[in-house]
Amino acid sequence: MLLLRYYLRKFYVILKNEIIVLPSRIAVCLFFLFVLTLPLFVKDLYILRIFVLTSIFAIFAASWDLLSGFTGQINFGHALFFGVGAYTVALLNLKLHLPPILGIPLAAIASVLVGLIVGIPCLRLKGTYLALATLSFPIILMGIVFLVPSYTGGELGLSGLRPLTPSRLLDYYVVSVLMLSFVSLMWKLTDSNLGIILHAIREDEVAARAAGINTTKYKLLVFSISGFFAGLSGGLYAHFMRIAGPSTLEVSLSFSVVIWSVFGGMVTIYGPVGAVFILFPLLELFRFWPEYRTLIFAVVVLLTLLYMPEGLLPWLRDKIETECPRCKKRNFYKRNTCRVCMAPLELQQ
Amino acid sequence: MLQDIVITAIINGSIYALLAIGFSLIFGVARIINIAHTAFFMVGAYGIYLGTQILSLSPVVSMVGSTVLVTLLGLFLYKFLIDPIREHEAAVLIATIALAISIQEAMVLLFFANYVSVPSLLEGFFTLFGAKVFYQQLITFLTVLGVLIALWLLLMKTKLGIAIRCTAQDKEVANLMGINESRVAMYTTLISVGLASFAGAVVVPLTTLHPYMWMHPLVMMMAVVVLGGLGSLKGSFIGAYIMGFAESLVVFLIPKGSFLKSAVALSIMIVILLIRPEGLFGVKFEEER
Repeated sequence: MLLLRYYLRKFYVILKNEIIVLPSRIAVCLFFLFVLTLPLFVKDLYILRIFVLTSIFAIFAASWDLLSGFTGQINFGHALFFGVGAYTVALLNLKLHLPPILGIPLAAIASVLVGLIVGIPCLRLKGTYLALATLSFPIILMGIVFLVPSYTGGELGLSGLRPLTPSRLLDYYVVSVLMLSFVSLMWKLTDSNLGIILHAIREDEVAARAAGINTTKYKLLVFSISGFFAGLSGGLYAHFMRIAGPSTLEVSLSFSVVIWSVFGGMVTIYGPVGAVFILFPLLELFRFWPEYRTLIFAVVVLLTLLYMPEGLLPWLRDKIETECPRCKKRNFYKRNTCRVCMAPLELQQ
Repeated sequence: MLQDIVITAIINGSIYALLAIGFSLIFGVARIINIAHTAFFMVGAYGIYLGTQILSLSPVVSMVGSTVLVTLLGLFLYKFLIDPIREHEAAVLIATIALAISIQEAMVLLFFANYVSVPSLLEGFFTLFGAKVFYQQLITFLTVLGVLIALWLLLMKTKLGIAIRCTAQDKEVANLMGINESRVAMYTTLISVGLASFAGAVVVPLTTLHPYMWMHPLVMMMAVVVLGGLGSLKGSFIGAYIMGFAESLVVFLIPKGSFLKSAVALSIMIVILLIRPEGLFGVKFEEER
C-alpha cells in the first residue's frame, strides 16, 4: 500500500514537473490518449479502418526517418521493404498457412535480409547516387513479381489472406498499440548512443570515421533496423487489407513516405508520425471531391513547405517553445526565466 | 528483328539523352533533384495534343508554342515554389515530388485519364536494310541530334555556357568571379525545362499519351544520369544509349520482356555502379564539408 502511494506520488511529481511544463510533452501525451481512446467516441467502422491504415503507415514513415533522416542515406526505394514484408506474409499465409502472429515477424526478418542485400552494395554509394540507385530496387523486384505470376499472382497480387484479427475493433487496438510501442522504441533508439552516432554519420562521415566509429557497421545496422520496422508495417498492411499486390512496391509509395517524413519534419521520428496522422485522414476528408483529392493534397504540401521548409511539427515546436541559452533545456515560450537554471531566457534584448 | 531493336534503341536512347542532360544540368548548377522533370516532358507532349487535336493548329506551330509555354510555366513554378526554399534540400526534394503529382492531377482534370495519341508530322516510311523506318522516327532522331549539338555549342562556346559549367563546379568561386549565381540557376532551369518539354514534343507522335506517362521515363532518366555519372554530359549521352539498347533488347528477345524491361536496365545500372561507384564518366568530387 505504501509502495503504491509512493509510486502514485512519484507519478504525480513527474507529471507536474516534467510533462505539464512543456506543451510538446503535453501534446505527445494527448496523442497517446487520443489513439488509445478513439474507439470509445467513434463507432464508424470506416473511420476505424482509416486510422488502422494511418497507424501502419506511421510505422513505415518513422522507419524511413530512422534510416534516411538520421544517417542521411536518402532512400528513394523504401517501398522495397514494405513490399517484401507484404509478399512474404502473403506467401507464408497462403502456402504454409502460418497465422499472422508468426508470419509478420518472419516477414520483418525477410525484410532485414533484403535490407542487408541491398545495403551492402549501396554502402559504396554516396548522397544523390545512393538516392537514385535505391529507387531502382523496388522496380527490379516488381519485374520479378510480374515474371513469376504463379507464385506472386502477377498484377492482381495475392489475395484471400487470413484477417489480422476477427474484428475491426481488435484490429484497431492491435495495430495502434503496436504502432505506439514501435514508434516509442524508435524514438528511444534515436535518443540513445546509437542515435548520436547516426547524427555524427549524417553530419560528417569522415570525421565520424576519424573518431573511431565503424561507420559501415552502423549504416548496415540502421539499414536492417529500418528494414525490420518497414517489413513489419508491410506485413500488417497485407494482413489487414487481406491482399499483397504490386501496389506495395510502387514508386508512388516510396515517394509518399518521403513526402510524409519531410512534411512532418525529418530527423525527429515524431515528425513523420504526426505528418501521417495529419495527411492521411486529410486525404480521406477530401474524398467528397474525388477528382481534386490528390491535387489538393499536393498543393497543401507545397504551400506548407513554402512557409515552413523545416517541416510542420518542428516549426510548431519552435513557435511554442524556446531553448534556454545557458543549459539548453526547452521552455514554454511565455516564461521569462529558464525552468531549470533560472537564467533569463531573452538575453538578446 | 535486329534492325527493329537498333531503331527502337536509338529512338528511346535519344529521348533519354535529352531528358537526362536537362536533369543533369539543373542538378549540377542548382543541386536540385528535380523529380518534376519528366512531368514537364508530359506537359510538353499534352501541349502538342491540345494544339493539333483540339485547337487544330499546325503541328509545327503547336510544337514551338507548347515548348515555349511549358518553359515559361517551368520558370514561373521555379521562381515561386522552389527558389524561396532552396537552402533546404529535403524541402526542395519533396516540393518537386508534390509539383510532379499536382501536374499529373491537373492533366487528369484537363484531359481525363484516357490514352490519346497524336498523328505523325509526316506519314509513311522507307525501308533500310529490310526494316521499316517511319519518317517520324527519322525526324525525331535528327531533331534530337540537332538539339544536342546546339546544346553542346551553347555549353562549350558561349559565355552563358561557361558560367553554367563554372557554377556547377564550384558555386562559391563562381560567385567570387562575378557570376550571378541565382541568375545562372534561373537560366539553367529555363534550358532544362525547355529540353524536357521539347523531348515531350518530339516523342509525342511515337507513343500514346496518358497522365501517368511521366513515371517510367523518370526512373529511366535517373538511371541514365547515375550510370553516366552525375554532372557529366558525355556520360548522360552514352548512358542513355546503353539504357535504350538494354531496354529494347529485353523487349524484343525475352518473352514477356515488356514487364522486365526496366528491371533489367536498372540491374545493369546497379552492376556498373558496383564496379564504379561514381558512374561511367563521373568525376570523384571531394566531399563538400
